[in-house]
This record gives sequence, C-alpha cells and structure tokens, in this order.
Amino acid sequence: MATRTLEFTFDEMRVNMGPQHPSTHGVFRGVLVLEGEEIKDLIPHIGYLHRGVEKLAEHLSYVQDVPIMARNDYLGPVHNELVMAHAVEKLANIQVPERAQYLRVMASELHRIASHLVWTGTFLLDMGGALGGGSTMFLYLFQARESIMDLYEEWTGARFHPNLVQIGGVRFDLPAGFDRKVKEALQTVRNTVNEVREMVEGNPVFEQRTRGVGVLSPELAQSIGCSGPVLRASGVAYDVRKAFPYDAYDKMDFEIVTATAGDVRARYEVRINEIFQAAHIVEQALEGLPEGPIGAKPPVKAPVAVKAPKGEVYFRVESARGELGAYLVSDGSHKPYRLKLRSPSFSNLQAIQHLVRGHKVADVVVILGSLDPVFGDVDR
Amino acid sequence: MSLPQDLIQAFGVEVNDQGIPYVPKDRLPDLARALKEKGFRFFVFVTAVDYREYLELVYLIRNLDTLEEAFFKVKIQDGETVPTLSTLYEGANWHEREVYDLFGVTFEGHPDLRRILLPEDWEGHPLRKDYPMDTPHPPYR
Amino acid sequence: MKWLLVAFWSVVILSVALLIAAYMIWWERKFAGRMQRRIGPYWVGYPHGWLQSIADAIKILRKEDIIPKNADKWVYNIAPFLFMVPPMFLFAVFPFSKTWVVADLNVGLLYVLAVSSLGVFGVMMAGWGSHNKYALLSAMRYVSQMISYEVPLVLSALVPVVLTGSMNLGAITNAQKGLWFALWPVVGWVAFVVFLLATLAEGNRAPFDIPEAESELIGGFAVEYSGWKFAMFYVGEYVHLLAVSILASVLFLGGWRGPLLPPLLWLFIKTVFMYSVLLWIRWSFVRLRVDQLMVFNWKVLVPVSVVNLLLAALWVVLR
Repeated sequence: MATRTLEFTFDEMRVNMGPQHPSTHGVFRGVLVLEGEEIKDLIPHIGYLHRGVEKLAEHLSYVQDVPIMARNDYLGPVHNELVMAHAVEKLANIQVPERAQYLRVMASELHRIASHLVWTGTFLLDMGGALGGGSTMFLYLFQARESIMDLYEEWTGARFHPNLVQIGGVRFDLPAGFDRKVKEALQTVRNTVNEVREMVEGNPVFEQRTRGVGVLSPELAQSIGCSGPVLRASGVAYDVRKAFPYDAYDKMDFEIVTATAGDVRARYEVRINEIFQAAHIVEQALEGLPEGPIGAKPPVKAPVAVKAPKGEVYFRVESARGELGAYLVSDGSHKPYRLKLRSPSFSNLQAIQHLVRGHKVADVVVILGSLDPVFGDVDR
Repeated sequence: MSLPQDLIQAFGVEVNDQGIPYVPKDRLPDLARALKEKGFRFFVFVTAVDYREYLELVYLIRNLDTLEEAFFKVKIQDGETVPTLSTLYEGANWHEREVYDLFGVTFEGHPDLRRILLPEDWEGHPLRKDYPMDTPHPPYR
Repeated sequence: MKWLLVAFWSVVILSVALLIAAYMIWWERKFAGRMQRRIGPYWVGYPHGWLQSIADAIKILRKEDIIPKNADKWVYNIAPFLFMVPPMFLFAVFPFSKTWVVADLNVGLLYVLAVSSLGVFGVMMAGWGSHNKYALLSAMRYVSQMISYEVPLVLSALVPVVLTGSMNLGAITNAQKGLWFALWPVVGWVAFVVFLLATLAEGNRAPFDIPEAESELIGGFAVEYSGWKFAMFYVGEYVHLLAVSILASVLFLGGWRGPLLPPLLWLFIKTVFMYSVLLWIRWSFVRLRVDQLMVFNWKVLVPVSVVNLLLAALWVVLR
C-alpha cells in the first residue's frame, strides 16, 4: 500500500473559486488566499463574459445598437436601452413625447423590481444552499417575479428583453386593461416580499450572517466609484434619479433609500425598500399617464435613419445596480464613433478585494452577493 | 461639464472651443490631488478615444455634495505613457487596466497593470481603430 | 441456532431500513415541494411519484465510477463504506415493540452513541483521499462539527437515562408509561430541544449543513465521488437520519407506546413526525457560518444541557 507524506501546512492555501461556481452570480473567478478559514486576500479575475460590445457598437447604427445594449445588464435590460437612447437623443436634440417618458419610467421601475427580486432570491439561495431554506425563499420570489414577466409579455411580446425603448420614444403602447393587471402584479410582489421579510428578518441565523459583515466605508465607496444600493447603504444619499433627473422622474414623488451601517444587512434593507419605492413610482406613473404619441417619429424601420451631429455627450441613468452611464462620441454619421459604457457593476465589483479581507470563506459568497454584480455588465 | 475655474488657471489647462478642458499629462496627478481636496471624491470613469493620429484619455470625477462634475481630457500620442490616478482614486485601478487592455496605453505607477477583460495572452488592443472587427486569434477564434 | 435467527432478522431489518431510507428521500422531496408551493415528484409512478426513489436508485447505480487520478486509492474507496455502515448497526438495539428487539443490550444507549460517531472516519477519509482542496476543507469542518455536537447530544440523551435509571432502550420506553420524556416539565422540554438541535448538527442538516454547503464548497466532502459511491454517502445520510429519528422517538416520544394502534405503527408515526420536524427546519433556515456554529454549541448548547442534566439528576435524588 503506497503512502504519501503529509505535506500540508496551515500557513497559506490558495483556493480557486472558479468561473463555474453556483454562487458567484455569473462567471467570476476569485483566487482566495486562505489561512485556515480566514481570507488574507482575494485576487479577482473577470472578463469571462467580455463580448466586445463597445467595439460592436461602432459598427452598428444607433438604431441597431439600442437593443444590443439590453444584453449588457441582462437583469435590467430597459436601463441599458434607455441610456443608449437618451445619449443619442441628447446629441441629436430629439424631444421625447410625454407619454413615452411616463412609459419609460414605468418600464424602468418594473425592471428595477424584477432585478431586486432576483437579487434577494439568489442572495438567500447563496446563504441557505440549493437544498435548504434559501431555495424556498428563492422560489417564492421568482414566482412573484413571474407576474412582472407576464406584464411584459403582454405589453411587448417578450418576457425579458423587451426591445421597448427606441430612439425618440417607446416602441409599444399599453394594451387595454393594463393598469388593473399592473396593480395586481404589484400587490403580488408586495405580499411576497413582505412574507419573505417575515421569514428572514429577525431570524437569528440571518442576523449573524449579515450584520457587521463586509462593511464598506463611504470614503472608500466614493473613491472606488460604487453607486446605487452599495453606496446608499453606506450613508451617501446619491441617486441619479434625483440628482440628474431624466424622463418623468422630476414629476414623481419618491425617497432616496439609505442606510448607515454599510454592511451586508444594510444593502439588503436598501434593496428591499427600493422595491416598495419602485412599486409606488409605477403606480404614480400609471395614474399620471398623459395621452399622446409614444415616439417622436413613426417607428424606425431603416437602420440608418437616425443621425447624430458631431459632438460628445455623457448620459447617466439609475439602473438597479447603480449609475449606468453612456459616453458617446459622434462624428456626424449614423454610427457611433466611440461608445463607452460606464457600468455600475464594474465599479462596484472592485470593492470586493477590500471587503473580504479578514473574513471567513463563507462570507465571500455573502459579500459578493450583496454587491450584486451582473457579469454581463461587468465585462460588457 | 468642465473643470472649476481656479484649477483651470492653476494647472495650465487649455479649454478648446467646445468648452472641453485639455490637461497636460505631467500636471495630471497634481490636478487630481487638487480636485480631491476640493471635494471631487466620486470617481466615475476614465476611458480613451482613438482619433487615429492621437489618443484622448477622458476623465470624469464628481463631487457628490455639490453635484458638480470635473470632466477633462488628456491628449497623448501613440506609445506615450500617462501617470496613474490609482493611488488617489481606488476606482481608477480597474478602469486604467481596461484602457491598457483595450487601447494599449501604459500608466506609470500603476500597481498591477495587466489585462483585465481579455485573456492574458491576447495580442493586440481591440478598441483601436486599426484593429479590424474579425481578427482571428487562435485558440479563441 | 439463535445466531441464525438473529442473522435473519438483521437482514430483514436492514433491508426494510434501506427501503425506508429510499422513501424518506421521496417524502423529503414531496414535503419540500409543498413548502415551496410546488408539487415535488409526480409523474414517475403516477400519481405522486411513488417510483421516483426506485428510478433514482437505478440511475445512480448505473453511473460511471470516476476516480480522480491523484486520489489515494485505498482511502478513497473505503470511505463510503465507513460512512454508510455505522448507522446500520444502530437498528440492532431499537425496540420495535415490547418484545421485539434484535439485541436487548443493557448499555443500548451507549452503544448507539458510540457507533453513530464512527461515520466521522468515513468523512475524513473521503476528504483526504479525494485529493481536492474543497473536499479537504469540507471534511475538516465536518470533523470539528461532529466532535463538538457530540457533547450536547450525549448530555441531552442522558436525561432520559437519568430519569429511568437504565441505558437499556427497552427500559427507557417502558418508563414513559405515564408521560413522554419530551413532555416532562422543564427538564424534558429542554432536553428534547437540545437533542433535536444536536441531531440536526450531527446529521449534517440545515442550518448546520456547512460540510456540504453547496453554494460554497459545491458538493462538500463527497465532491469527487460519482455513481454508486456517491449513492452510499447519500443513502448513508438518510439511514443515519432514520436511525436518529427512531432514537428521538424512543428516547423522548415514548417509542412504541400508544393506545389502540399496533406498537410498530406508533413507532412509525412518531418517526415520521420527528423526521418531518427536521425537514421543516431544514427547508426554512439559511445556513450558519462555521465559527457561529461553534459559538452556538460551546456557549449555548453545552452549558444549557449541563445545567439541565444536573436538574434532572437533582429531581431523581430528591424523589
């Protein structure tokens, strides 16, 4: 019987949380440098989902680019379409009719709710395991999200990537009887989220796993460029919808949700409260929806139809993950000269190296989940 | 979307006719330090645009208290290096790595300048204008 | 001749236990499905998926047996046996009715507690023999968890012993004629709850399922096993759970005692009830972290169970 000598020291062990992992929210590779159970360092490797969207955008016209952008942050597609369309509209000075603005707000907020439902579900799934308490809550939240998917299917024909936004307005108008369905869907979402909150908040196991874990100070958050719920959970009240309002957000009444602790629990609370705020905004948008056209011009069929004058613009929207920006340089033709997407997940994910030092292995998954990276957004 | 007036005077910044400030690259770290002291602590992005004869680096930093924005550019030639801002702003770390990866711009003083989005052994810098769309690169394509 | 009879009954009981373990998997999937607003197995063996367990067993036994190249062959191959077999030994001492028990040991409880902790060796060998860092991490966590939770398990299981005066499981069942030990004021309640929690931890169930924490360490210590060896780990876990559910029923819920129905049926009902409670907890809670688990054990469970045992002993002395 062959024996092997025991060559195992407890000083430093490198464990690869490879790109294929049930809990890294996509393709993320982190090399953990461990000392026992404690993490000394995490070396992140990204780029597994890099599709060269920015280069591709230079070869397609503006009209063709808008639906391509939806595939970046695939959990909140409308925000990506919106930022591209807005950048072009600002350059080319195209006015968006009011009805389209309200519809855009409604679509944005519905996708924000859907994205946060996914986040909460997968966050609890990471903590509880695919076989265990996490998956119960995950399934409840996904069932609630189905009601939003049904809304989209009725509105645009696609459950998820709606191809809703076009340059100059919105492509599809609301079908008849839609506001009743929206109200029902929102009520389902509210009930499910409250049910999950009852199960989870106050549960001592959940408390222990999330309080005091992964504390991000506001100075570091700003220096890195974290935005969205990550920044707001550290106490900085910055929301693009209030700071640089676009579409009909200046007519909506909502609060910026913040928390002060800056730990995983704070980010969880911010996102849960944002779901309720977003539902409130959708209801306001429905009530205040004016009549009128939904697109500045008749639906665009030819891909070369929109031209932007020479110049550059930076436009930002608040996606579910933070500040999503498009820096667009135009040379006067129907294609962008350079499109840079400032993705919130790319900046938020940078914080992971600072946050996990000193924590245990089990916390990596929780902290990574709380930053809510979507790798389509990180890698573009 | 420009720089505060006093900084424009202090650091020899030229403003072109569209109102966009161009910072000479050796004054860049001092300008960034001054911005940070003024309250511009939110790092939004740094990227590059390839204008064929020259490259422009574009920076955007924001002040969250006053919501002012500091937007400026640095014009460089192909092969020039630029000082890094990653010691002042943590976010610049990955953004500069991305610029290096996709454009080939080297940043002096960057702690870990290596490719971030593309595989380590990729050749070429795709976002440059002279990099055609369908360049074969085995074994990935 | 007696040994022939014993051998025969052992084979019968083991076969029944394995069959029940397979159906415990079915019950878990149905129960979990209903908790998650879905149905669970339904079509295989329509209706309600009666044949699902059989189908899964056939499937997993036919899978390819992949052995990692650098695995320590002997250690790797023996580990599943060492994990699955010890729980099977426990069925020898359970009293299924007043007269029906395979081995009426006077130290029945001691035997149970000692043998059930042999499974740890199987896990350690699996973690080491797999030549995989994840498996090793998981096995280390498992070992620390098992050793730690033995203490409150034993201390709380001792309460029925103290109240009865014997370690014989048949005698413990008989002593619950008047009132089940789980219902004895304070002492019984606390012991039952502590025993329940310690059983969850020993059986590697959520919220204490760190060793097989799927979302962190993928498959845990069994990550490099496939086919029938993995089936042995899986079935071993359920046989262990069956054994401890029966143990909990015997120690705290009165075993086969109960009016009207035959004793075996009562034991079955109580076992299913205990198992369902374990399932209920598993499918509702998120997981604890390893250090929090240890803190919970040493700072909460152990002091509580020590004090509880002392109170029980005091009661017996003063009676």
